[in-house]
Amino acid sequence: MKPFLFTLRKEPDQRLDLSALTGDRLAGRALKDIEAIEIGTTKASVKVGDVFKLRAGEVTSVRYEGGSERFDGVGAKLLPGFDIHVDGDVGAQLGRLAKGGVITVNGDAGPYAASQNEGALIEIGGDCGDFLAGPLAGELTGMSGGRVIVRGAAGARAGDRLRRGVIVIEGDAGEDLGSRIIAGTVIALGAAAGRVGFLNKRGSIVLGQPCELGPTYVDCGAHELAYARLLARSLKDESRRAARLLSVKLRRFGGDTAVLGKGEILTPA
Amino acid sequence: MPPVVKKGVRIDDSFAEAFPMSGTGLVITAPTRKWALTAAQTMTGFATSVIGCGCEAGIDHEISPKDTPDGRPGVRILLFAMSSKDAEKQLVNRLGQCVLTCPGTAVFSTVAGEFEIKVGDAVRQFGDKWQMSKVIDGRRYWRVPVMDGEFLCEAKVGLTKKSVGGGNLLVMGADWESTMRATEAGVEAVKAVKDAIAPFPGGIVRSGSKVGSKYKGMGASTNDAYCPTLIGVAESALDPDIGCVLEIVIDGLTDAAVREAMRAALKAIVQLGPKTGAKRVGAGNYGGKLGPFHYHLKDLLP
Repeated sequence: MKPFLFTLRKEPDQRLDLSALTGDRLAGRALKDIEAIEIGTTKASVKVGDVFKLRAGEVTSVRYEGGSERFDGVGAKLLPGFDIHVDGDVGAQLGRLAKGGVITVNGDAGPYAASQNEGALIEIGGDCGDFLAGPLAGELTGMSGGRVIVRGAAGARAGDRLRRGVIVIEGDAGEDLGSRIIAGTVIALGAAAGRVGFLNKRGSIVLGQPCELGPTYVDCGAHELAYARLLARSLKDESRRAARLLSVKLRRFGGDTAVLGKGEILTPA
Repeated sequence: MPPVVKKGVRIDDSFAEAFPMSGTGLVITAPTRKWALTAAQTMTGFATSVIGCGCEAGIDHEISPKDTPDGRPGVRILLFAMSSKDAEKQLVNRLGQCVLTCPGTAVFSTVAGEFEIKVGDAVRQFGDKWQMSKVIDGRRYWRVPVMDGEFLCEAKVGLTKKSVGGGNLLVMGADWESTMRATEAGVEAVKAVKDAIAPFPGGIVRSGSKVGSKYKGMGASTNDAYCPTLIGVAESALDPDIGCVLEIVIDGLTDAAVREAMRAALKAIVQLGPKTGAKRVGAGNYGGKLGPFHYHLKDLLP
C-alpha cells in the first residue's frame, strides 16, 4: 500500500496548523485542492503546496518526509483505521483529541502531545514537551483513552489530569509527573522529579527508579499485583522495558491523600 | 434393526437428544496451579444438573501460564443454564462465594458470545469504594482490595445462547468395574475436547432418569428400563449380559463441541473392547420431540 506522502520542501517560516491533513479529511480530494489548503497561523498565507511536495497514495496512511518543531496539530482528531507517520520532529498538540488510529513520530514532539487523546496509539521516538497527554488551559480532563509511548524524555507535568489510558515514558520524566491524575496509568522508566502524583485521585503511576515522594503518599508495602502482570503482557510489544518493570514485585504507595487518596505510585520493591 | 457392532461393542441405533442452553465461562488464574484448580473446583461444585443446582458447570481445561492473560497458571470453567438470567445469577453468586474468596485468584472472560453479563461490575462493590477500575486493550477490569492483596476481575464476560446441553452416552457393561473402566475412558476423551464439559461427579451419572413418576408431583424418576436389578421384573431395555449402566452427560458451548465430545468418548469406549470395557453403548432421548439437537450414534462411530 502506497502511503499519501508529504515531503517537506523547506523549513517553514511560521508555525503551521496541520490538523486538516488527516486521512479522513483528505479522502476524495484532488491533489490541487489539498495543495490549496491554508495551513498558516499568521497573517501571511501559507498553503500546503508552499511547504510540501505531495504524492498521492492511500489516505488511510499519511506520511511526512521531513518534520519540523513548527508542525502543530499533526494527527488531530484522527479516526480509527488511519495512521500517520512523521520522519522528523513535530510541534505542539500532536494527535490532540484523536479518536483512534496510530501516530508515529521519529523525532521529538512539542508540548501537549497526545492532549486529550481518546483512543489513538501515539509513539514518539524522541523527547516530548510539557503537558504530555494533558488538557489545554481550562479543560477539565486530559487523555481519556489510547496509549502513548515516548522513547525519550518527557517535559514537565506529563499525564496531567489523565482520565484513562496508558502513558509510557522510557526516558526521564520532567517535574510533577502525573499531576492531578484522575485515573489511568503513567509509567516512567527513567528518573522522576518534583511533586510526582501531585493531587492524584485514582490513577496509577509506575516509576522505574525510586524517587522522593511527598508526605501525602503512604507506603502500603510490596505486592504481587495481577493487574500489573496483565498490563505487562499487554505492553510487551510496545515497550519491552515497561513490561519488564511491571512483571516484578512492586511497592505500593497510596495517595495522594491530600485529595481522594485512592491512587497509587508503584516502584520496584 | 440389529445393532452395529464395532470391535465387539454393540452400538444402539439410537440418538442423544439435547437442548439449547445459555453458556458462559471464565478463566481463573492464581499464583499456583493448585489454587487455580481449587477455585475452579469450588465454583463448579454442586452444578451437576439444572434441575436441582440451577446450572451445570465444570472444568473445561487447564491453561499453561504462557497462555493466560496475566501469565499465571489458569483453569477454564464453563457454566450452562436454561436462561441467560439464570446463567448470570449463578455465575455471579458462584464467583462471589467461591472465586473472590479463594486466595490469589483473578478472573478473565473466555467465551466470545453474542451477549455480555456483568461479573466484575457486580462483585466490585465488595471493595467498598476502594476498588479501582482499569481499562486494558478495551476491556475493563476491577481491582478489589482483599486480605491477600487484590482480586482482579474482568467487568463483563461473554455469554452465548447457542450452547447445547444434554449430549449423552449410556455405557453398558457386564459389571461395575468394567463399565466404569469404559466410562472413565470416555470421560477422559471428553476432557480433551475444548468447549465441552461433563458436569456430573467425575463426569459420570449413575442415576439416569425417565420422564414422569408413579408419585404425584415428581417430574422424573429412575430409568427402570436401564436398572440391571430390575431385569425381568420391569420392562427392561437391557440384555442378559448387562449388569451395570453408567451415563456420560455432555454440555458444550456449541453444537459442534458436543458432537465432537460424544464422538471422542464413543471412540475411547469402543477402543477398550467388550472384554475389559463396555459391551454395549446407547443414548438417551425423549422420542426426539423435545430437544432440537439429535446426535445419532451411527453418525459418530469411529
